[in-house]
Amino acid sequence: MSVTPNVTMTFSEEQGMLLDVARGFVRDQAPIDVIRAQLETETGYDPVVWQSMVDMGWAGIALPDSVGGAGMGVGSAVPVFESLGGGLLGTPLLSTTLAGQLIWRAAGEGAASWLARLCSGEVGALALLDHADWGAANCGVSLGSDGCLSGRKCFVADAGVADVFVVVANDNGEPILAIVEATALSSDALSHNVVIDLTKRSANVDFTGVVPVDILRGERVVAALRDTLLLGALLTASETTGAAALCLSGITDYLKTRKQFGKLIGSYQALKHPTVDIYVGMENARSFIYHGASVVDDDPLSEDAETACRMAKVAADDVMVFAGDRSVQFHGGFGFTWDCDSTLFIRRAQWAQQMYGGAIHHRKRLAALLLDS
Amino acid sequence: MSESKAAMQAFKSEVAAWMAENVPADPGFLLPLTFLEVGTEQQLDFLREWQHKLWQAGFLGMHWPTEYGGQGADSAYQFIVDKELGRHRAPIIFNTIGLNWVGPLLLDMGTEEEKSKYIKNILSAEEIWCQGFSEPDHGSDLGAVQTRAVKEGDEYVVNGSKIWTTLGNYADHMILLARTNTKTERKYDGLSFFLSPMKVAGVEAHPIRKVTGEYGFNQTFFTDARIPASCLMGEEGGGWTVAMKTLEYERGVTAGQASAYWGVAVQVDDMIDELSAIEQDGEPLLSDPIVRDDLVGFMMEAKALSLAARRMAIPALGTDYPMGLALSVKYRGTEYERRMKQYTASKQGAQSALYVGDDDAVSGGFWQRAYFSNFGATIGGGTTQVQANIVAEHVLGLPK
Repeated sequence: MSVTPNVTMTFSEEQGMLLDVARGFVRDQAPIDVIRAQLETETGYDPVVWQSMVDMGWAGIALPDSVGGAGMGVGSAVPVFESLGGGLLGTPLLSTTLAGQLIWRAAGEGAASWLARLCSGEVGALALLDHADWGAANCGVSLGSDGCLSGRKCFVADAGVADVFVVVANDNGEPILAIVEATALSSDALSHNVVIDLTKRSANVDFTGVVPVDILRGERVVAALRDTLLLGALLTASETTGAAALCLSGITDYLKTRKQFGKLIGSYQALKHPTVDIYVGMENARSFIYHGASVVDDDPLSEDAETACRMAKVAADDVMVFAGDRSVQFHGGFGFTWDCDSTLFIRRAQWAQQMYGGAIHHRKRLAALLLDS
Repeated sequence: MSESKAAMQAFKSEVAAWMAENVPADPGFLLPLTFLEVGTEQQLDFLREWQHKLWQAGFLGMHWPTEYGGQGADSAYQFIVDKELGRHRAPIIFNTIGLNWVGPLLLDMGTEEEKSKYIKNILSAEEIWCQGFSEPDHGSDLGAVQTRAVKEGDEYVVNGSKIWTTLGNYADHMILLARTNTKTERKYDGLSFFLSPMKVAGVEAHPIRKVTGEYGFNQTFFTDARIPASCLMGEEGGGWTVAMKTLEYERGVTAGQASAYWGVAVQVDDMIDELSAIEQDGEPLLSDPIVRDDLVGFMMEAKALSLAARRMAIPALGTDYPMGLALSVKYRGTEYERRMKQYTASKQGAQSALYVGDDDAVSGGFWQRAYFSNFGATIGGGTTQVQANIVAEHVLGLPK
């Protein structure tokens, strides 16, 4: 298959308004001191900010209106996540959105009651990883004949604030999705992770002995899981692209004001040219996420959509890792202090680059997709 | 399908049918890969005839006004023609400096007289254009040019030297940036811009041989060359503005070019096709995981460039750096191509060592030659390093 022909990029007036609203919201509600105030709190976010997002309908941004969502198409989540990343605003929106996608894609309107709860602002969490490998089957949690789950999940994002868990599991080897209410978990089920990104939270969760309130099964489960992982890559990439743009503006602001040897340091090409490469990488990532937004929909994702999601993730990871790293270096001694925002960027980069598979994970699959057919 | 879409479809079929009939067969001698490498009379005659034929058929200057020999259509039609030229592996359309820089510049800033005098002959290839910007001591630092033009009566007397004058030995006219005043406070204010004749006494173009072994560049010497004062474009001392506008056309920052088909286009798919026939360790090269990963990188770059071109049409998605995508096209595109061609040339086993002229060379040594030739793109029109400065200063607002 040839790589370049599909360069679809659609952007409606409605999406343009959404982008403006989302950027404005982050600018007004999440200036950097508000973000910093949450870095060492238990949940990592301000519930008032989260409630405002729910009130604007973002909890259901990727879902159709038939189940209480915004009905703008799953791609409309891209400008929202790009904007959230542009303020480093950590909320459970990514977890809730992807939990919603997994349920919707596996069960459709049959699971409308769960989707309605998520759209109304209950926090959903995706209990996906059995261990560190994003490329594994991750169906290790089993449903026993007694109706109880056994096994644990690792690195479950936003587990501490989740109301509903979607647990990727198996029933005698058949992949299933078990829906678990947070209230069903034992008091010691969660062990919190020490997360490298100070705006993000996750935990390992032991589901042993828990009785799911619902089981989603059937032939759609496997494709739903595959597509949710791809959408996870796309939406993480969107958030990362926003963060890279913020990081870039932090670098350029410093390069325009800091003087050494009697000159603004931005006049030195040793700093100027890598900054241009950050800019170019950020624009590439932005092109990929908006292309991705234009080719994903509610149907099982096409090969072009898969290519777009994977490329978006690679492009966003690459630029964020480079930008975060250079941000620390270019700020000199200050760059390596806790008080410099470079700290937040380099930590975001190290967090984001593994989420939903790192660059090698996706590049390996792109090679198969693009070179073997 | 809308009416205009249907019309474009019909036009595409018409062009394709014409090309199937009229694209010349391999002439049996080496054709230049780009307009920067026209080095023999044989190549010149062949390309001049081909461009003339394309123009006569009504397929060149699609969006230029009809009174100057254009077709008065939408620029989308030129895009269709350029695409079909590539698809039919046609010889290049070589009068590029005229078609892509001088033509749009004259249409934009020229007088009525200049337009009627020059534009049609650019399209028909009756007159070839070259550019006199760079000098031996002033390549990227264009503001420092030293070639002198001194007014004497109704003439200017030109002395000095220009270098990298593509097509200079064949050209009829040069866009010439020369210093008319050495005493200005800012160096830029002493420059003037001329539409200068080449075939006059005192102008000599000496061909320069390149890394590829081919010609195409010249060093042009002016020794008391007398050119009519009417060749001055704009005001005396206003040359810098005109030169900067020219560079916008040259670098593709501003649209209006008559044909983007100035070189043999190489796509990432061509690279993959070529490499898929090659073996390493007795196995297909494309089964090597490292090569596969490298190719994914190239495919991503190719896709990102195509997507960037597409995204430029959606201003809402570029509000924080409005001119950024356009100003970084050359920086990104030319470097990507250089690396892509070098990679393909280096993955042919022992055949990587062969060059054009050896029957055993892969695709006649195409990739080796294309790699070397590509430096014309990463150096000409402002080097990659200057492009990085431009993006840094004009897009990101970093200090000089």
